[in-house]
Formats: sequence, structure tokens, C-alpha cells
Amino acid sequence: MSSTVSAIQRSALGFVLVLVIFGTLPLVVSSYQMSIANEILIFALLAMSIDVLAGYAGRTSLGHGALFGISTYVVIYWTSVYGGSAWVGCLLGVVVATLVAAIFAAFAVRVSGVYFLLLTLALGMIVWGVCLRWTSITGGENGIRGVGRPDLIASPTAFYYATLAVVLLMTFLIWRFVRSPFGLTLRGIRDSESRMRSLGYGTSAHMFVAFTVTGFFAGVAGALYALFNNFVSPSTVQLSQSVEGLLMAIIGGIGTLFGSFIGAAAIIMLENFVSAYTARWQMVLGVMFIVTMIFAPQGILGTLRMLLIRKR
Amino acid sequence: MDRRQFLKTTGLTVAASAAGTFAAPQILRAAEPIRIGLMAPLSGVVAAGGREIVEGFNMYWEERGKKAAGRAVEVIVEDDAGNPDTALQKARRLVEQAKVDFLFGNLLANTGLAVASYVKGNGVPYFIPVIAADDLTQRNRIKNVIRVAGYTASQMPRPLADWALKQGYKRIATISQDYTFGHEQCAGFAQVFTEGGGQIVAQLWNPLNTADFSPYIGQLGDLKIDAVFAMELGADASRFMKQYSDFGLKGRIPLLGAQNFTDQSVIRTLGEECDGIISSAHFAEGSDNPETQKFVKAYSAKYGKMPSLYGFSHYSGAMWVDQVIEQLKGDISNRDVFIDAVLKSQLTNSPLGRPVRFDDYGNPIYDVYIRKVVKNKDGKYWNVPIETYPAVSQFWTYKPEDYLKNPPFSRDNQGIKK
Amino acid sequence: MASLNLVQILNGLTLAALLFIVASGFTLIFGLLRIVNLAHGALYLFGGYIGYSVTLGTGNFVLGLVASMLFVAFLGLIIDQGLLRFVRGFVLREVLLTLGVAFVLNDIALVIWGGDTFSVQIPAMLRGAVRFAGIYYPTYRLFVLGLGILVFIALWLLLNRTRLGALIRAGVDDAEMVEAMGINIRRVFLATSMLGASLAGLGGTIGGAFLTLYPTADSEILVFSLAIVIIGGSGSLVGAAVGALLVGMLNTIGQVMFPELAYFVIFGPMAAILAFRPLGLFGRA
Repeated sequence: MSSTVSAIQRSALGFVLVLVIFGTLPLVVSSYQMSIANEILIFALLAMSIDVLAGYAGRTSLGHGALFGISTYVVIYWTSVYGGSAWVGCLLGVVVATLVAAIFAAFAVRVSGVYFLLLTLALGMIVWGVCLRWTSITGGENGIRGVGRPDLIASPTAFYYATLAVVLLMTFLIWRFVRSPFGLTLRGIRDSESRMRSLGYGTSAHMFVAFTVTGFFAGVAGALYALFNNFVSPSTVQLSQSVEGLLMAIIGGIGTLFGSFIGAAAIIMLENFVSAYTARWQMVLGVMFIVTMIFAPQGILGTLRMLLIRKR
Repeated sequence: MDRRQFLKTTGLTVAASAAGTFAAPQILRAAEPIRIGLMAPLSGVVAAGGREIVEGFNMYWEERGKKAAGRAVEVIVEDDAGNPDTALQKARRLVEQAKVDFLFGNLLANTGLAVASYVKGNGVPYFIPVIAADDLTQRNRIKNVIRVAGYTASQMPRPLADWALKQGYKRIATISQDYTFGHEQCAGFAQVFTEGGGQIVAQLWNPLNTADFSPYIGQLGDLKIDAVFAMELGADASRFMKQYSDFGLKGRIPLLGAQNFTDQSVIRTLGEECDGIISSAHFAEGSDNPETQKFVKAYSAKYGKMPSLYGFSHYSGAMWVDQVIEQLKGDISNRDVFIDAVLKSQLTNSPLGRPVRFDDYGNPIYDVYIRKVVKNKDGKYWNVPIETYPAVSQFWTYKPEDYLKNPPFSRDNQGIKK
Repeated sequence: MASLNLVQILNGLTLAALLFIVASGFTLIFGLLRIVNLAHGALYLFGGYIGYSVTLGTGNFVLGLVASMLFVAFLGLIIDQGLLRFVRGFVLREVLLTLGVAFVLNDIALVIWGGDTFSVQIPAMLRGAVRFAGIYYPTYRLFVLGLGILVFIALWLLLNRTRLGALIRAGVDDAEMVEAMGINIRRVFLATSMLGASLAGLGGTIGGAFLTLYPTADSEILVFSLAIVIIGGSGSLVGAAVGALLVGMLNTIGQVMFPELAYFVIFGPMAAILAFRPLGLFGRA
């Protein structure tokens, strides 16, 4: 069982590092950099939700950006158009995102590999099309402005720590989820679906639950984003949101969970850094994709882990 | 290096690079440069227009030796990618990190609205020469969001509708991109046209980036109409004109357009398919006004193309704000004073060749041209004024108080008089 | 609600013809190499720009067509030999790598040609419109329809009457078996990727003349191609043709009769087919 112990230690280290690094950041950085760190936390959660499917269930989704954005839409609509409370709005956002994830899941359980990728892409595009065209509800291309955060978390610092707390809690839940017997079965399905089926596991049911649960986490990230950005438009649900989330998970390292924090930090910071000097951000992103796929498909954390194992 | 060590270093690197550009807030002194944050879409579908925003803006400051009232002017350009989320992030960066004195720019209404909702909270002056969303100077005004050298979407097509009635057109169909900017422009046209006794026979709404317009053009061809009013911009505009001509509708049904439809940014790569299209706008690069021609020549010499609405508006917007900074002798530290001074000021010596002032709601009042696309002596197509409507405000001939009681325009509320 | 008539049916057919040209390349690569080439749209756009510049420079449309096909085939070669060979066999890495290639190609195109909208000049004989059966229809679109049919026939002959075609078909069914028979399947793969790419380039120039060229045209075409291949099934020529017809017609019908559902009419059927018949109407496992 030594490997299990070391895995738990490793995860504990991950928690502590995230807590220490992100917990102390507001003490040393400016308000703008804190908002970047806040964004990193939110997108790390989105990336993790994608990572659970990709790393532990072997399904690469391009639809989670849409689930994320649905939650953002619901929160902003509930608070600014309907005039409801932000807390209830967040709850509703997460519930709706989870329900939509369940619908996606019902479609997606039957396919795997590239077809899963394409199906989630198509479903995400439908969500985007609806947000763009259902002008009376979504405000169309112009989107909807929010009404600001509730007083308790109105200050950027308070909201930052609230985000940190929620993201850490979610990370813990995700960590428990992938280590549960259910998560182990998912890994079994990833490695050989036919074997698991012949062992009597309901692979479809497992996939359905896994997809829906990850939709819940993407929904939480989306609700946080609504509070953070105070604005929503179709670009929040568009394909590039899913692509960036996936890229974050991959750069960090698929199947590493904590890699998502590294991936999100790398992309968001690079985006800010590069775009201050050049308008060629697309090219940088593309080259990053290519280089990662060729040289470090396990991502930063995954590659490190491999190097360490080899060293021992 | 073991894992612990590595992770520690990574953490430090993350923290260090995040803190790297940390700058303590400083009290602004008069000798310090004026920092302007300019946002424009430099990537994505409207990248060409975004580039012209930067060109027009920079051209003005270069002519002025990058100085305003003796203070150096520093322009920090950020790419908003035509995406509201990115625009919001860049606005934050410009205000909170680069500590700019004021913001300028953006092209698409959705990016502008996102930034407007951000500056509403912190009072940073934000100037929007091409963000035309009606309600920014009507029902949802934000004091520090100012439309220097800009216009309201529904303002410009109204004179065109009046002109169309005078041509004896009775039945017109509209086609427009299906988003707020399109809804508002079409509504401006439809309202005046129907109130003057005309009939809007059909309204077609195409999604942004419609690859193939033939299904729409097929429908237009089947209607028995006197003219078509089209509100498209960018690639959709080029494609629509091209396919309109391919299907032989050109010459059969006169084509009227919103100002963006025949803007230089669209027609400079087109051929005879844009010839003769009528539109209305406050700026016409083919106007014989000497001030306009001086600007058009200078711009063409510098960038090798005639100025579009985007380049013109940002050149003039920069000029307007510069004139106010001069008037305040370079002291813009008090935002309220600065904003009030802008709203009370007049733009003079601009490429329009006529002074421009704001109405009581912060939207400029212009003499609006009815323009026709013709070939100039160099063989290039440009917009030439054929008629002028003086002093057109965003409220046309309505009383502002009455006008504002009506709900804002949308796809379903086009102000059409039955 | 407007009704369909002959003009609208022709509109659907001509769009379908263009989509078929582009998607046939996509489906060949998908079917044989098992790569969902997300750079296919970028190849289309790049080819269109090349075709535009060459046509403008030489005044010859045919030269523009040939140049775009050759250049994009060359790009296909570089992508296959320079990049994809390092990730061979890892499906998802291949897919994501091509996505990166798409980003890079689009940005290079933006640097070279700027973001203005261009349309490829067409020869005088294809300009204007013809009158038949009481309607008035652009000559060029009829030319596209004819070309689409021609490409279908040519590809069908290539696949069914030549040795290369036989190898490609065999490879689609079972690449390992072909390899085991002592044939260098890599060369077949390479030929297919270049052929597929050149079809994207051809489509770019053809499409660039009536749909115009501009940033993001690539993703619109890519999405259509994806829908077609998913509906028709990967690697199937007939599937691509049927898929293109369906998508072309659905797009037209959608815009005329259900403007509110413009996006749904493409993605709805695509999602349904993926969920219930993942291999497409004509796909084989």
C-alpha cells in the first residue's frame, strides 16, 4: 500500500501548496494581479472538471465550456433581469448546469474517442447558438450586464478568498470522487471498456454519472465566473472556452488534478503577458498546443512525475 | 532536484512573475505623461477594422508630436479580440495595472458594453467613437462613458428613410445582421419610413457571419419591392453585395445601406458590385469639403488606403479629447471636471469641416449626408454626398422626453407604424 | 414563413457542391488516417487566399485553382511529415495538434493578408447570370455545382478504378492488413493526406469566389465539414456526398423557413446521428 500512502501525501502537498501560494498572493500583488489569480482559480476548476473525464474516464470533452457558461448565464439572468438574490442564483446556475450536463450525458454515453469529442463539440455549439439567437432571454450578442456581487463578497479581496475556499472545497470533492470505488471503476473503463463490461459493470451508467458530476463542477466554476465578471455574453459559452479549458488541463497534465492549477496559471498569465507585447496571441497559443502535443503530452505535472519515477 | 524542491520553485516563480510588474499607486503630477488605454480588436473577424482604429488614433497623436497641453501622451494599445470577456480583462489591466488616465476605443457593441459596465463602477472616463448602442446615450446613460465623435445606431438611417420616401419608394424590405446593432439601425429606418407612409414589406435577419446569402437574396427577389435596406458590416457586407449582384438583383431593385455597409473598410476590396449604393452618414470620404479632403489625402499617404469610419472616428475622437485637455491646461486629475468639460465642448477643425457638439444626452449632433458610392478619379470607389440633412440628433424630430418613454428597439420592436 | 422554390433548391445544391469538395478531403483523411483534421478549415482559407493572390497576379483563374491545390497539398505534406509523425497513433494528440496548426495557420494568414474581405476574381465567362425555366441564376454557382459533380466522379474513379484507390479503400477498412501484405501503407497515407489537403485548397479558391475570404471563414467551413462527415460516416465518398446534400439543403431550408433555428438545423441532426448512429449513415466500423 506504500504507493497509496505516497499518493495521499502527494495530494496533501498539492492542497497545501495551492492554499499557501494562492492564500498569500493578495498580500504581495496589486489588485489587478489578484483579479488574474482569481481568474486562474476559477478556470483551474473548469480545467479540473474536464480533467476528471479526460484523465480518469478517457473521454475528452469539448462541451464543458458551454456547461460553464450556462451557469454564468443563469446567475446573471437571475440577479439582473429577475432581480433575485445572488446566492439563490448561484444555486440555480449550478443546478441548471448539472441538469444540462445530464442531458448531454444521455447523448454522450454511447460514444468514445474522437466521436465523443465531436459530439460534445456539437452539443456545445447548440448551446452557443441558443444563447446567440434567443435574444429575448440572453440579450443576444450583447449579452447581459450583472448587478454586482452581494455585499459580503463585494470587495475583491473578500471575493478572492471566497473563490479560493470554494475551489479548494471542490478540489477536495473531486479528489474524493476520483479515488472512490466509483472513480476506480471509471479508470477501469478508461483502460478497457470491454473488460469492465464483461466483469458486469454498467459502463454506460458509470459514464452518465461521471459526466453529470463533472457538469456540476463546471457549473460551480461558471457561477463563480458570473460573480467575478459581472457580465455574460455568447463568448462565455463559445467553443474557445472549452478549448482553453482543455488546453489548461492538458498543459498541467491530464489525470493529475493539481496540474489544472498549473495549466490555468500558465495560460492565463501567458495570455496577459504575451498580449501586452504582441497581437499574435493566437499564434502563441497554437504553437503551445503543438509543442505540448509533441513533446509533453503528459503536461507539466505529468512529465515531472515521469522524470521523477525514472530517477528513482 | 526533488519534487518538493521543484514545486516550491514553481510556486515562487508563479508568485514572482505575478508580482513582477507590481507598481505602487502614485499621485499623478502634471509633468507625468498622460496615459491613454486604447482597446481594439486586432485579432478575430473584425481585425481589419481594429487595425484602423489604432491607425487613426495614432495618426492624430503623431501629428501633434505625441503631446497634449505640454504633457507627453503615451498610448497603450490592447487587443480585445472582438470578445467581451477579453475586453473586460484588458480594461482591468489598463486601469488597474497600467494606471491609464482614460480608456478609448473598442469596435463591437458587445465589447463596448462590457467595458462600460466595468467603468461604471470605478468612474474612469471611457470614450467610445464607434460603440453605437442606443441606450448608452438614451435610457442607460453612464456619466463617464462618452461618445466623442461617435453616433447612435438608430440616428444615421433616419435621414435615409426620409430620402427614400422622397424618391417615391413605397415598399421596402430590410435585411440585417441579427444582433442589437442591426436591430437598432433597421428600426431607425423602419420607424421613419413607415411614419412617412411607407411600408416595410419584410424584415430578414441573418446570423452574423452568414456564409451563403443566396437563401435571403432569393427571398428578396420574390418580393415586389421598390428598394432594399441592408444593414451588414465587415465580411457579411462584402458577401451580400457580391451575391446581390451575382443574382442580378443589382440594377433591378435599388440597394440602400446603413453607413457601415458601404464604409471604406468594406468597399475598398470590392468592384462594381458596390457601385451606386446609397447610404447615410456624418462622414463621407468623397466629400469636397477641403478639411475632409486634407484628412483623406494625409491618411491615404500614410497608410496607403482611404480612411474608414473606424480610422476617421478615432482620429476625430482623439482630437476632441485633446482640445479639452488643452482647454484644461493639461490638468485632468479631477475626473468630474474633465468629463463635464468634454460634454460642454465643441469639436472644431475636425475632418468633417464643421463644428460638432453634444445634445443634452451626450450624443453628437451631425449634419448627415446621403451618400452614393461612385468611382473617384483614381478608379477607387468612395462615398460622395448627394444631399445633406443638417443637425440630425439621435432623436430625429421627436421630443427626447416622449421618445425615451418608448421601449428600446429590438428584433420585435422596430418602431413600425401600422 | 417563406416557401421553397427552384432558386432556393439550386442555392442548397450549389452550396452542397462546394461543401462536398471540401468535406471529401476531410472524410478521406478521417477514414484512412483516423485523424480528425481540425486544420482542414484553415487549409481551406489558406488555399483561398493563395488562389486569390495568384488569380489577381496572373489574371488567370485556372492558375489560381492549380496554385492553391499544389500549395495546400504541400502544407498537408509538411503537417503530416513535420508534425503528425511524432504523435502517430495517439488519436487525441493528433486531433489537438491539428487544432494548434489551425490557430497558427489562421494567424499567419492574418499577418500576410490582413483582415479585409477578399473575393477571388472569376473569368468573364462565368460572371453574370443565366435565364432558364423562368428564373435568373448566377452562372458561377452553376459552375460550382458542375465542378462538385466532376470532383465526385473523379474521386469515385480514383477510388474504384486505380491501384492507389484500392489501397486507400483497403486501408480504410483495415490498415494493418494492408501493411501485412507488404505494402508501404505510410506512402498511401501520405498521398491521401496531400490529396485531402489539395481538395481543401481547391474548395478555398472555388468558395472564395462566391462566399468570400475573411478571418473565421475557416471555422465556418470546418463546422460544415464536421457535420457532413459525421452524418455521412468517415471515409465514405457516397456518405460525404449525401452528407453535403443534406447539410446544404438543411442550411438553405433553415434560413428560409426557420430563421430562428438557423444553428440548430445543422447541429441538431449532427448530435442526433452521433448519439444514435455514431459511425454515420454510411460509415462502417
